[in-house]
Amino acid sequence: MQSEWLYIGLFLVIGIIVPIVPLVASHFLAPHKPNPIKQSTYECGIETVGESWVQFKAQYYIFALVFLIFDVETVFLFPWALALGKLPLFAVLEGIIFILILIAGLTFTWRKGLLEWA
Amino acid sequence: MTFWNDPINYIADWLRGVFMGWGITAGPANVITALIGIVVIILFALAIAIALVWVERKVVARFQDRLGPNRIGPFGLFQPFADIVKLIIKEDITPAGADKVVFNMAPVISLASVILIWAIVPLASKIYGADINVGVLYLVAVGSFGTLSVIMAGWASNNKYALIGAFRMVATMISYEIPMVVALMIPTIIAGTMSVKGITQAQSNLWFVFLSPLGLLLFIISAIAELGRSPFDLNEAESEIVAGFHIEYTGMKFGLFYAGELLHAFTFGGFMAVLFFGGYGGFFGLEKLSAFAWLSNPFIELVVFLLKALIGYWVIMWVKYSMPRIRIDHMLTFNWKFLTPLAFVLLMMTALFDKLLAPTQFYVPGMFLSNILLAWIVIEILRKYSKRERIEQEKPAEPVIQAAHH
Repeated sequence: MQSEWLYIGLFLVIGIIVPIVPLVASHFLAPHKPNPIKQSTYECGIETVGESWVQFKAQYYIFALVFLIFDVETVFLFPWALALGKLPLFAVLEGIIFILILIAGLTFTWRKGLLEWA
Repeated sequence: MTFWNDPINYIADWLRGVFMGWGITAGPANVITALIGIVVIILFALAIAIALVWVERKVVARFQDRLGPNRIGPFGLFQPFADIVKLIIKEDITPAGADKVVFNMAPVISLASVILIWAIVPLASKIYGADINVGVLYLVAVGSFGTLSVIMAGWASNNKYALIGAFRMVATMISYEIPMVVALMIPTIIAGTMSVKGITQAQSNLWFVFLSPLGLLLFIISAIAELGRSPFDLNEAESEIVAGFHIEYTGMKFGLFYAGELLHAFTFGGFMAVLFFGGYGGFFGLEKLSAFAWLSNPFIELVVFLLKALIGYWVIMWVKYSMPRIRIDHMLTFNWKFLTPLAFVLLMMTALFDKLLAPTQFYVPGMFLSNILLAWIVIEILRKYSKRERIEQEKPAEPVIQAAHH
């Protein structure tokens, strides 16, 4: 098992190196003549107004929060799903109660209006 | 062990022998052999990506009643190579206001996140990178690198359109990850293992699509959303925000995003095959007969896997070129108010029926019919809901405003 993870580690290193190779090739082969107009921000052709790194719609943040809760809880479900064949029926029902609590949480956010795109 | 029975181990043993003949000890020889194997898998994946450029352009052309590339080589087969040469020698422009380090890292991470998935793709029973016991979870974990690259590209570009595209993409990806995780949990429950090779082997007699057709539906929808392809292509909605998060990228950096997207779609097509259509195997027990023993040859399995993955990829393309783009609030509503509850109900149902019916002969019909029943109930609920909505919308507006003018 350890060697499998060592393999994944090696894969990670080479997987990052391989996409860099064409970038390096492009760096040496492509022309490089920058000028201010070429390097300006591209938005429909007219000049850009104001800062781009601004505060953004809070709705995205709320969806991210809801996601975080569900994602953490689905990780708890994986061991249960994996061992399902060996579990007694009572443990399976317990897992189902856990999912029902998750659904209750979803209903709560729904009723609170957090899932509306206001 | 011959080359035809077990090509990877045969070549690996031979290489190890060569290296040890040069006086290298066993440990480093193993590492060098593994490195060569990794490079071969990655180059194989990239070769597929190059072929996909041609497939994608040809198929979209046919969907739109055009011919597609047909000038360079027979049937335009050499078009992708011309594209690569063009992308490499094209000037690479970095916008003046961009965060340079993050800007340059984003395309690399985007492609690397897809290449990393290929470490666990079971191409055949004896051709695969690693067979880790949390394979399904690894798929989700590596997929989140893709999300990271999108937000990096959008933020570092210093461009409002790029930022809007990135925010939309991340909202889509994280929302649809929940039905995706549940859809991955269903084969885990049925097979009793999270290793993708184990899931494939569990389907040697019966594909999981017959046990959980709704699980397949969940997986296809959430996979398309994860890919950011139409109808969920809000991230690069051409008519509103030009190209979304990769608007400022030119030359090879854009090429990396593009290759990453195509390879990602093909990989999800492959996982559709692995999780629900028996992967490289799944001949319904046919390979156990002596007349069909050749079916378990690794090369046959490789071809079967690639064909199934191509069919999955074709379904994703079919959806992409047939559907209009949907609005962001509709997209999130569809996920949170429809797909997520459905996913949880399906998960509970699968767990309960798997536990109750597994030892009996009613297992397969029970699982299949319960899925069909759930689908029918869902369609009925949707029909009632949309009928109510339609009546609400078609109500004639009262002429109050006109009266107020006089």
